[in-house]
Amino acid sequence: MGYAHTLANTRYKFENLRTLLARASPYRSGDALAGIVAAGAAERVAAQMALADVPLATILAEPVVPYETDEVTRLIIDSHDAAAFAPVASLTVGEFREYLLAAGPQALAALRSGITPEMAAAVSKLMRQQDLIAVAAKCHVVTRFRNTIGLPGRLSVRLQPNHPTDDPQGVAASTLDGLLLGAGDAVIGVNPATDSTDAACTLLEMLNEVRERYVIPTQTCVLAHVTTTLHAIERGAPVDLVFQSIGGTEATNASFGMSLALLHEAREAALSLKRGSIGDNVMYFETGQGSALSADAHHGVDQQTIEARAYAVARAFSPLLVNSVVGFIGPEYLYDGKQITRAGLEDHFCGKLLGLPMGVDVCYTNHAEADQDDMDALLTLLGVAGVTYVMGVPGADDIMLSYQSTSFHDALYLRGVLGLRPAPEFEAWLDGLGIARATPQRLPARLSPTLIGLG
Amino acid sequence: MARTEGTPAHWMDLRRFTPARVALRRAGNGLPTAAHLAFQAAHAAARDAVQASLDVGALQAELKGAGLASIAVRSEAPDRRSYLLRPDLGRRLGDRAAIPRLPGAMLFVVCDGLCAIAVQRHAAPLLRHVVAQLPGPVAPIVVAEQGRVALGDEIGEAMEAEAVAVLIGERPGLSAPDSLGVYLTWQPRRGRTDAERNCISNIRSEGLPPEAAADKLLWLIGAMRRMCLTGVLLKDEQPTTRQVREV
Repeated sequence: MGYAHTLANTRYKFENLRTLLARASPYRSGDALAGIVAAGAAERVAAQMALADVPLATILAEPVVPYETDEVTRLIIDSHDAAAFAPVASLTVGEFREYLLAAGPQALAALRSGITPEMAAAVSKLMRQQDLIAVAAKCHVVTRFRNTIGLPGRLSVRLQPNHPTDDPQGVAASTLDGLLLGAGDAVIGVNPATDSTDAACTLLEMLNEVRERYVIPTQTCVLAHVTTTLHAIERGAPVDLVFQSIGGTEATNASFGMSLALLHEAREAALSLKRGSIGDNVMYFETGQGSALSADAHHGVDQQTIEARAYAVARAFSPLLVNSVVGFIGPEYLYDGKQITRAGLEDHFCGKLLGLPMGVDVCYTNHAEADQDDMDALLTLLGVAGVTYVMGVPGADDIMLSYQSTSFHDALYLRGVLGLRPAPEFEAWLDGLGIARATPQRLPARLSPTLIGLG
Repeated sequence: MARTEGTPAHWMDLRRFTPARVALRRAGNGLPTAAHLAFQAAHAAARDAVQASLDVGALQAELKGAGLASIAVRSEAPDRRSYLLRPDLGRRLGDRAAIPRLPGAMLFVVCDGLCAIAVQRHAAPLLRHVVAQLPGPVAPIVVAEQGRVALGDEIGEAMEAEAVAVLIGERPGLSAPDSLGVYLTWQPRRGRTDAERNCISNIRSEGLPPEAAADKLLWLIGAMRRMCLTGVLLKDEQPTTRQVREV
């Protein structure tokens, strides 16, 4: 079905919903690389005006990736909740924007399973950053494993103690550094340098020992490939969370070496370990705009809409944590601080609207036109938007992945200026150690490095 | 890394165990000034590394001094901005006629990639070690500006080379601003995927030194010739969990 809009005596035509969504997207380099951006600013606004008049029901009826050949589309359509959708079923995308701006937290929560990723992406394209922040701030998503993540007024931090050779003592030192600076309530999660089962098991044992010795109410994770984590579970390694990078099409996920069936298998395996003390959210997913185009698996769909579809994959597995790694992919997809900022807010908004415990890796690479000032701005905007968690990397410099994320200090800044607190169980633990307000030069006995093999 | 004896009791002691930026202390919730400026200096160095141009003449002279003939070419990317925004242009050869037909030769392509400084520092020492010990015919070294890894496929295809090793500047990190990578591809032709290559990364003085990298590359070339392939089936290491993409 075709769409059209006349603006200033020029008739703009869009042959299908996929094209309309792409032309309506705020400019970013990845869509330009794919050859699907609007020809100019006027065509973009015309597309947004045409999109504003599209009924949400039409978006449900016109999949942007074919149902027959894509299991993510089948998941989206087959799991759609018509009853939850009912309150907005008669609205256009433009009316839906106004509905979201006026709705309260309870109405938004009730809507989650009735919203498809394409609806969330569509409405986001009509929104300013202010709108993305205002609506996301009303979406409260709470998950649990050993602590409670996502309560209003709270900000959690993933402690990311990566090391270029997976040296256990190096990882332990960065972990202790982060704990001293109040990080680690989302998860203590390491990206391994080599994706072998042996390396993963070594790190899993070490992280588990740190958590037990210090009696930390949190969870640990080695962000290996899902198949590696399954092998580690078979070997009896202490696996709290199963991690996987996911994308918004079946072909993207195939390029990551996984499928929905494999995620189901992994979730069942993790649940069988019964390691969560107060909840059973056992999955951790990472996403990022551009991965589908990078894998030549985008079906001509714009990168932000494809990204939102990844959230449909995530929500099918009741994850503890989901984050977009927004600036990691590089300038051919998100060129500069402006594009990264917009994308980070879009991803957070779409994830929250769909009911995910959404965090953001506020980050950039050295070949992107971005710097610490851009990251400070995005971090602050996300804090106002109620982001569930951010990353904590020593000094913001990930020495293994060679990119800049947010630091432990950055998270303290955000908690400080916005009056946000850690997850309640973790906050009580910090209080008990007396390190909640200041970091001591001399380490408290209960956090002695020798307890975790340093020395 | 080196370990110092004794029981760590102070925050600063954590620095013994990792090159990460730990124990930075606090000024309120922020960084002390020295740590903040040290970060800015590292970022500036990495940014300059990305923007730096390859001195092709100097590199060719260094190669000539090592007894290695070379040919200079360019990709279709006219400048750095185009290179960063259009990966497809960096994978295409500007002038195919510049490449001689040398069926069965082992081909080495040197690309600036995302870090010309790494190439300038480490490419010639690495090639000198490898070529001196490599049996069989070796083609003139192709030095390519604004090149990505897959540019080697088109050059190798035009040459009908046995295999191509692309030496390329890696994405600079704050703690590794001059890192070189090598991608080895058996029977190169356009359309080869990353799964069909083997990679040696982090080649720099403080990482994998060029001489050690040369030994590893010689081992890989030997294994490649025995198995008549490169890629996943030849792999001795698997990639990192976040897909660090080819440059």
